Amino acid sequence: MTENVITTKDLVKTYQMGDIQVHALRGLSLEIKRGEVVAIVGPSGSGKSTLMNILGCLDRPSSGEYRLDHVPVAGMADDQLAEIRNRKVGFIFQSFNLLSRATALSNVELPLRYAGNIAGRRQIAEQALAAVGLEQRIDHKPYELSGGQQQRVAIARALVNDPAIIIADEPTGNLDSKVGQEIMDLLMSLNREKGVTLIIVTHDPKVAARAGRIIRIIDGVVEAAQ
Amino acid sequence: MNLTQILFEALESLNSNKMRSGLTILGIIIGVAAVIAMLAVGSGAQNEITGSINDFGTNLLFIFSGNEQVEVRNPRPLTLKDAEAIGDPFFAPSVGLAAPSINGKHIVTAGGKETSVAVNGITASYAPVRNEVVGEGEFISEAHVFERASVAVIGPETAEALFGRQTGLLGETIRIEGQPFRIIGVLEAKGGTMMGSQDDRILIPLSTAQSRLEQRDTIDTVDVIFIQAVSSEAVLQASEEVAQVLRTRHRTAIGMDDFTIYTQDDFLSTAESITGILTIFLGGIAAISLLVGGIGIMNIMLVSVIERTREIGLRKALGARKNDILIQFLAESSLLSLLGGFIGILLGWALSFLIEKISIAMGSPFYPSITLDSVLLATIFSLVVGLFFGIYPSNRAASLQPVEALRYE
Repeated sequence: MTENVITTKDLVKTYQMGDIQVHALRGLSLEIKRGEVVAIVGPSGSGKSTLMNILGCLDRPSSGEYRLDHVPVAGMADDQLAEIRNRKVGFIFQSFNLLSRATALSNVELPLRYAGNIAGRRQIAEQALAAVGLEQRIDHKPYELSGGQQQRVAIARALVNDPAIIIADEPTGNLDSKVGQEIMDLLMSLNREKGVTLIIVTHDPKVAARAGRIIRIIDGVVEAAQ
Repeated sequence: MNLTQILFEALESLNSNKMRSGLTILGIIIGVAAVIAMLAVGSGAQNEITGSINDFGTNLLFIFSGNEQVEVRNPRPLTLKDAEAIGDPFFAPSVGLAAPSINGKHIVTAGGKETSVAVNGITASYAPVRNEVVGEGEFISEAHVFERASVAVIGPETAEALFGRQTGLLGETIRIEGQPFRIIGVLEAKGGTMMGSQDDRILIPLSTAQSRLEQRDTIDTVDVIFIQAVSSEAVLQASEEVAQVLRTRHRTAIGMDDFTIYTQDDFLSTAESITGILTIFLGGIAAISLLVGGIGIMNIMLVSVIERTREIGLRKALGARKNDILIQFLAESSLLSLLGGFIGILLGWALSFLIEKISIAMGSPFYPSITLDSVLLATIFSLVVGLFFGIYPSNRAASLQPVEALRYE
């Protein structure tokens, strides 16, 4: 039995929007094991974005416990969370979110820069780009790359710090289905070969179907785990 | 991230929006250029005035009647006898020469041309005391004073105004208040000064001025006594001796001197404090434009923060701490203003050069001088402006919450 990389217990997140209190999460508990591929699905407003932000340490829960890679992160300060994000979380976004001014290599290097002075940063970034099949394109800027290639750069960027989890938010949402398929193939092979834990937030049933497990969120709680 | 990287990224980001960066630093460029040029004009004026005061003469003291510090009743005027006593080495050994002078402004005509000129009645010792050099002809002699001769030594500008030339004037006649005077010499040019031209005046024997031009109640009265000390070290000693002589002669009460003695240094320090104020004033006005430039930077940085909200969100998601973002934006704003500062210094230098050329072309040469101080001041000031006006926008960027920043469209 492999260990849990993510454990949450009774996560609650409440927003104040004007006069109304929005209960985005109402006591959500889940566990994700190292090396798993998990799809988080659910209708809009179900709280899955909130869950993703908390799992990615972008946001803090109002109450509840969250252990990421054995570290309790629920009560951490901003800068501590930044460090956790930097070392333990890789993000893949729907709209890639690459820096348009910078080359593919600089984009991939970015998390390493915030990690401090890591020797051989360039080599590490080059290896990450090679792992996604872009070793020929390291000096290209995002606008010189196709959508699929841009998302590969983003995946390399997510991999480069060797994170405990990778969170992908609709990774194929901006791509046509063929390229989306390739990106999913890449993610799955990274999971197989490097044992990367993948959390995919998606609407797309075809994407969700490739995950080892689907977690369905409805009204701020896990509806059914399969 | 290390410093080189930070600066490189800041440069890259400024470079990616050249037009906007250029327009932003324009405010700083103009501000710094104005500061540099105005300070150069100020210190140029200072040099000019200091120079012209030194042109007055060497080891010079000036004695005037009256006292500005203490209210003295019925101050006695200075007289020729006073001047003689002061010039006596027995009473005042530190005094080399004493040159009394009476001054007036009179209408002078020659060959149908008319001008209003300062006319100084002087003695032969005036020339060495005041560093006067005659270019053509001779200076006024003891004999001229003794004879009350109707002779005149005229300044080059006066000559130009009356005759249209500065040479071949010996023996020509000019009329001062209608009375004829024969020209016996023309002074060499001393150059224009900020305090009025020393080249536009007429020198005549003191005795002639007393009897023919100036209506005075006591015939002996003089306006100023110029004194040359025997050496520069003796200036203060001379001042003390002169005061002693005048106190005895005027029978003044203790602390109630009815005369004032200025040394050249007094004039220099007065002039320097005036030009100092001028420089601060000019620099202050220029500094306001630098301030406005700084506000321009803040404005653009705020826009830039809003525009790059998503980028900030992404950087935070990838692990940027608050300080990383803060430093990134501060680096950009200080780089902007520092760059503007450097270009502004060059422009300010060009501007001072232009002022010099224009003043020469207009016939009254003026030499602005750029000092290292003003360059350092402008550099540091522009950097501080960039940092100060960068703090607010940078702090705003650094305080963005990653979730909201990433969601921003």
